[in-house]
Amino acid sequence: MIKVEWFYWLCGIFFVLIALQVFNDRSNPKRVGSAAFWGILGVSFGYGTFVVNKQAPSWLLGIAVIGLAVLAGSGFPGKGEERTTTPAERVHFADRFGNKLFLPALVIPVVAAIFGAWLAKVKLGDGKLLLQTGSATIIGLGVASVLALILGMVLFRPKSPAVPLHEGRRLLEHIGWAAILPQMLATLGLLFNASGVGKAVGRVTDHLVPKGSLIAAVALYCIGMAIFTIIMGNAFAAFPVMTAAVGWPLLVQQFDGTPAVVFAVGMLAGFCGTLCTPMAANFNLVPAALLQMKDQYGPIKAQIPTAIPLLGCNIVIMYFFAF
Amino acid sequence: MWVLLAIAVVVVGFALRINSMLVVTAAGIVAGLIGGLSPVKILNAFGDGFAGSRSVTVFIVTLPVIGLIERYGLQHQARKLISKLKVVTTGRLLAIYLLIRQGTAALGLTSIGGPAQAVRPLIHPMAAGAAERRYGKLPEKMQEKIKGFAASADTIGLFFGEDIFVAIGSILLITGFVDTTYGLHLEAIDIALWAIPTGICALLIHGTRLLLLDRQLDRLAAEDEAATKEAAR
Repeated sequence: MIKVEWFYWLCGIFFVLIALQVFNDRSNPKRVGSAAFWGILGVSFGYGTFVVNKQAPSWLLGIAVIGLAVLAGSGFPGKGEERTTTPAERVHFADRFGNKLFLPALVIPVVAAIFGAWLAKVKLGDGKLLLQTGSATIIGLGVASVLALILGMVLFRPKSPAVPLHEGRRLLEHIGWAAILPQMLATLGLLFNASGVGKAVGRVTDHLVPKGSLIAAVALYCIGMAIFTIIMGNAFAAFPVMTAAVGWPLLVQQFDGTPAVVFAVGMLAGFCGTLCTPMAANFNLVPAALLQMKDQYGPIKAQIPTAIPLLGCNIVIMYFFAF
Repeated sequence: MWVLLAIAVVVVGFALRINSMLVVTAAGIVAGLIGGLSPVKILNAFGDGFAGSRSVTVFIVTLPVIGLIERYGLQHQARKLISKLKVVTTGRLLAIYLLIRQGTAALGLTSIGGPAQAVRPLIHPMAAGAAERRYGKLPEKMQEKIKGFAASADTIGLFFGEDIFVAIGSILLITGFVDTTYGLHLEAIDIALWAIPTGICALLIHGTRLLLLDRQLDRLAAEDEAATKEAAR
């Protein structure tokens, strides 16, 4: 069986190689601290395997994670000089290679789709799935990237095998610590849950709805999902809280709503919140970093005018179809 | 109730633009301490949370190959290709991408797009190329606008497409949670079907806004031209 952990190790090895490159990069004024950041991150990816399997203590990884946050807060990782081609060279190369340049970029979605749509269902002789359950997408993305890289090396024949690593570092240094912010936010969700933040919010919303008004209850559930998602950065974290507070007791039990509609649309109302929040870093801040935007809230600003009317649509859809 | 202070830490931290990693870490520690968790339990939560969420960072394995093809002029070639297609404007291109992204996500093919593997190498250079053909060199304001909308087309297409597919995390979370908590037996397919009306609304609203982006860019270009003339005088 192909295990998803292999690909986490691939990520870990990538981060460690980046750390070694950064450590030797004299052009980077923050090379030691930056190398420490990527190095700790790489080792943590591998160590995570043992934490998930309960073979090693989690608190040690916890210390490493807080260490990464402290490094990020102190201005690490920094950027070195970019070792890539000049704009003029790129024009020259583009004329030479033409549309062949698209091939590796297209290999990624094609291979990922094959894994997601077909290989995810393939079973081995012993009846087990070929790919680890629930991880076909991640495995597909990993395999696709490796195949695309091999194709790129064959097509364009860079002088040294270290070239893609330098280019990968160039992009990674643009993203910086934001690369692992999504993981930090997932951790925050876990801690919020364990310390009862959800229950406290549920108690607050209890006092908000006028008794007996269906439209008020629908609006409270949808807007509550959006706002709680904005705070938590994740509709999945908001769903159990708002459903326990409003969705189930009021909408389903008291007003006799159709559960499938209430819950499906409620989750989508939460997604409207995801569009508006920096807490959903992987969807909103990481793209801004990848596109080298001056304004890290640029994607959010483009999304809010869609999110607000869409939240209204969700309220209307739930009101008319669930009751 | 005091545990809500942790939420205040997040809001205040983001408002003051303190480093997000520090804000999130501090909020987690505050929540844990007020919620009565021991320091070791808090550290364990940080470790478990990090280890359990590594999948969101796997996109970085695409960076070496994306960087490599950028080195050999991918973005330049994408611009060149799009500049030959005169009917393709920035807004139309992004609207088509929104449709494709949402349609493929609804079939469960969520990793076809994404900021690292599609927006940076292909979609954004094409969108910017279409604008450059129309306006020449783009001022920063327009560049930023195009980048923001390129990212938004990808994200909105994904969000309101993936929920139409049965075996996606959010649907399994809904059925898993309500079935175990309230003893219901919801069919995943019902949840998925009821994601369609919102999906259509999302496509219409954001698609329209993307098509209107062309006019917005016209206006920004005119403003920029006026400002340049003003400065020259």
